[in-house]
Amino acid sequence: MDLAKHWRLRHARYRLEGQRNRLTGEVRFPPAPPLPGETEETWEPYILKGRGRVYSFSVVRQPPEGFEDQPPYLVALVRLDEGPLVTAQLTDCDPDQVAIDMPVEMVTRRLRALGPTGLIVYGYKFRPIVS
Amino acid sequence: MRHVYIIGTGATPVGEHWDRSPASLAIEALTGALGTIPASRIGALYVASALSGALHTQSQMAALIATAAGIPGVEAVTVEAGGASGGVALRQACLAVAAGAVDLAMVVGVEKVTDVLDARREAALALATDVDWEAIHGVTLTAFWALLMRRYMHEYGYTADDFAPFPVNAHANGVANPRAMYRFAITAEKVRSAPMVAEPLGLLDCSTAADGAAAVLIASEGLAHELCATPVRIAGSATATDTLALHSRPDPLWFPAAAYSAAAALRTARLTHSDVQVFDVTDPHGIAAALALESSGFAERGTAVALAREGAITPKGRLPLATGGGCKARGDVVGASGVYQIVELVAQLRGQAGAAQVNGARVALAQCMGGIGATVATHILTLE
Repeated sequence: MDLAKHWRLRHARYRLEGQRNRLTGEVRFPPAPPLPGETEETWEPYILKGRGRVYSFSVVRQPPEGFEDQPPYLVALVRLDEGPLVTAQLTDCDPDQVAIDMPVEMVTRRLRALGPTGLIVYGYKFRPIVS
Repeated sequence: MRHVYIIGTGATPVGEHWDRSPASLAIEALTGALGTIPASRIGALYVASALSGALHTQSQMAALIATAAGIPGVEAVTVEAGGASGGVALRQACLAVAAGAVDLAMVVGVEKVTDVLDARREAALALATDVDWEAIHGVTLTAFWALLMRRYMHEYGYTADDFAPFPVNAHANGVANPRAMYRFAITAEKVRSAPMVAEPLGLLDCSTAADGAAAVLIASEGLAHELCATPVRIAGSATATDTLALHSRPDPLWFPAAAYSAAAALRTARLTHSDVQVFDVTDPHGIAAALALESSGFAERGTAVALAREGAITPKGRLPLATGGGCKARGDVVGASGVYQIVELVAQLRGQAGAAQVNGARVALAQCMGGIGATVATHILTLE
């Protein structure tokens, strides 16, 4: 079920691989195909460090199909140190421990299972940085 | 380009229509919009529906509804642009009539969302986000609005309670709309004490997705004056798009597609912001209304919530909003919402909005949004 759809995103999902512009040095995540006028050489693969700060966060209590076993779960927009903003779940913490600007780091976790006979989709979540 | 007019409107009550099919709802609305005009005069049919495919109801809704209306063979197109479907369909009808391709076009918005349970509906709604980079993390549309609301509160120093005037106003106005889902007033205190849906969004600042259909009949200038005593002109019409993913935008609290489509619609209408007397925007939550008003240039950034608190969004205020109850009290009819907006604003311009009437309203703005600002359609309606 939906195997190829998730497999082709594995580099971004498992190791936060985005892209860096060879000319300007701009880093972007998620990766995207070249624009008309750009070539395959315009952007090179670039692995982000996986550290950033919480831009905003919420708690999902009414889940979509496929996430019924998870609520309540924390979701966030995270501003990565390299600049891009990324959407992900927060893990290993409770809602009352989270605040805007809290430092977080990427971990690889199970995102969802695609049914009893389907794929288990893994990917990035973020947790508070334990100093 | 020819001038374009609305000469008829129709809509079903919004609610849980378990005994009705999408076609049955659509035909009730279409029949209302036709009045005494025979369906055979419709030159083109535009059907807005966001979820019919995703919820496995039916694809090719346009052919289904053309057949149900007794006009198989007519040019008919289904338009899907999430919550902006209704406005984008109206835009297509305006282009067809303005270009002279047809003299009479029908726009029907129809949504049937209560045939499935909540989790499936949430997943279908989340298809309007970027599925690979947003929905896969379990983030719902409601959760995205909650993320924006918390950030807005952080940047501008508001509390969640400050947003209560939006649902309070929507419910107060919904009382006057016979087709609204919730026809009762609520208090700010009740909004405050409601359970959380997605912090900081509480239950009474969240719209309810519901079934319904609305229709508007669009005509060229000559036909409009022949067929209708009080035609309403569509003086401005524009749509714009943006990235599907919120995280791909330079500033998540600013919707460029809303800014662009509002400016383009006003420019076509040769009107300015201060000319608009009554508004309807996609407002499933107070934060959505606030960001739409700010991005469209009707409030300075960070001030829309303060304006709401001061009463500006009530029918007697400077920015009357959700006079038909908005997504909160009318009900959130997703792809059909953009057509309901037009039906309600035409009633405003004709002075038929009852207790929610804005005195002397002659210029109205309708804006609907797909996803979190990925598609935005804005229309300006005027009474001549």
